[in-house]
Amino acid sequence: MHGQRDVLGIGAHLQRVHRLGDQIAGADADDPAAKQAVANSTTITNKLLNGTGNRTVDSFHRELGKIVWDNCGMARNEAGLKKALSQIPALREKFWKNVRVLGTNEEFNQSLERAGRVADFFELAELMCLDALDRKESCGGHFREEYQTPEGEALRDDNNYSYVAAWEFQGEGRSPALTKEPLTFNYVHPSQRSYK
Amino acid sequence: MKLILHVWRQKNPQDKGGMVRYDAPNVNEHMSFLEMLDVLNESLIEKGEDPIAFDHDCREGICGMCGMMINGKAHGGFKGTTVCQLHMRHFKDGDEIYLEPWRAKAFPVIKDLAVNRASFDRIIAAGGFISVPTGSAPDGNTIPVKKQDADLAMDAAACIGCGACVAACPNAAAALFVGAKISHLGHLPQGQVERDRRALAMVQQMNIEGFANCTNIGECEAACPKDIKLEVIARTNRDYIKASITERPETTTASAG
Repeated sequence: MHGQRDVLGIGAHLQRVHRLGDQIAGADADDPAAKQAVANSTTITNKLLNGTGNRTVDSFHRELGKIVWDNCGMARNEAGLKKALSQIPALREKFWKNVRVLGTNEEFNQSLERAGRVADFFELAELMCLDALDRKESCGGHFREEYQTPEGEALRDDNNYSYVAAWEFQGEGRSPALTKEPLTFNYVHPSQRSYK
Repeated sequence: MKLILHVWRQKNPQDKGGMVRYDAPNVNEHMSFLEMLDVLNESLIEKGEDPIAFDHDCREGICGMCGMMINGKAHGGFKGTTVCQLHMRHFKDGDEIYLEPWRAKAFPVIKDLAVNRASFDRIIAAGGFISVPTGSAPDGNTIPVKKQDADLAMDAAACIGCGACVAACPNAAAALFVGAKISHLGHLPQGQVERDRRALAMVQQMNIEGFANCTNIGECEAACPKDIKLEVIARTNRDYIKASITERPETTTASAG
């Protein structure tokens, strides 16, 4: 940034980004964390490619989507969410047993790309339903049918749920841990929305 | 309806490749062309055959990822339409359809119908930008722009970089793409500072990538799914010729600032 004012601090920021890039580029492939990440990725890839199932990735994607669409859409309720939370792990188990991914890891393989993504979607879908079940209030477009005003508007509960829920992965098959990031409003306070 | 597809299959960039015949027995007229291919791929996977690789992303005609030659025409040859916007009602029962990837030296085939268009990215990186501090968006109308200029810039900015112009061109020229980018920025006040440098750098990169010269055939305009007009090429030529005469190397113009 010679001879120019770095008004917004972009130059300094770019330098930091470049340094970070250098660090990543120079990351040690023998580092235990790097080795573990590679091993994990290789295991998943091999598991997907070596399966002897008969169902396509897209068929699982569609079935998973239907579960989430039916039970964790704009309007959701406790019974539906609990149902989804029992259906998703069952479908995931079927996915890992029955999915068929052709080709190899050493070529341009769009089926493998999609399979990896759908495998992640199972985790995401389950977490979404878990979070929706945990939040016992309606909030904007996230409408819990049990929590509504007599007029059918979203019933907020800012005393108990004015936070961002950050869920931490605890490992395969274990419940994620909730960290609450509080939302504090000093001047304008959230309240029941009314268009009247 | 039942269709017969002849699809270019090529395992990798080194493979010789060739046309393979497929039957598509259950095609619904409401399917998009890509959905028809999805269904075919599902049946191939179930039979244990390698599915056909093709690029796609938004499937609403705005991302520029999809594209293939359908019966020798880029995106199928319908006006202002990408492959994802092409619906099967344009075909009839028993039709034979030939599918090939974009053919151009600068677009090497990755696999089947998917080609590598990184050459376009490198042309953009050479000059398809303006240098301004980033940060919060400036207020609207801070810089006045004539309505006519705004319209012309917007028309050029509609280019989604799909590569149909290159595929349609007998010379495999990228003139329409480069012209769209140069016109988009060149019509706006923010694009003036680097206008000369942009023309020189983008044309130079276009030549390095192996795109051939424009000979004013006009196939590109006909194939463009975003209706980019040939006049953008004239603009490239004007900017390039002017810049060739007037632009000085940066080292002699830069001084204290």
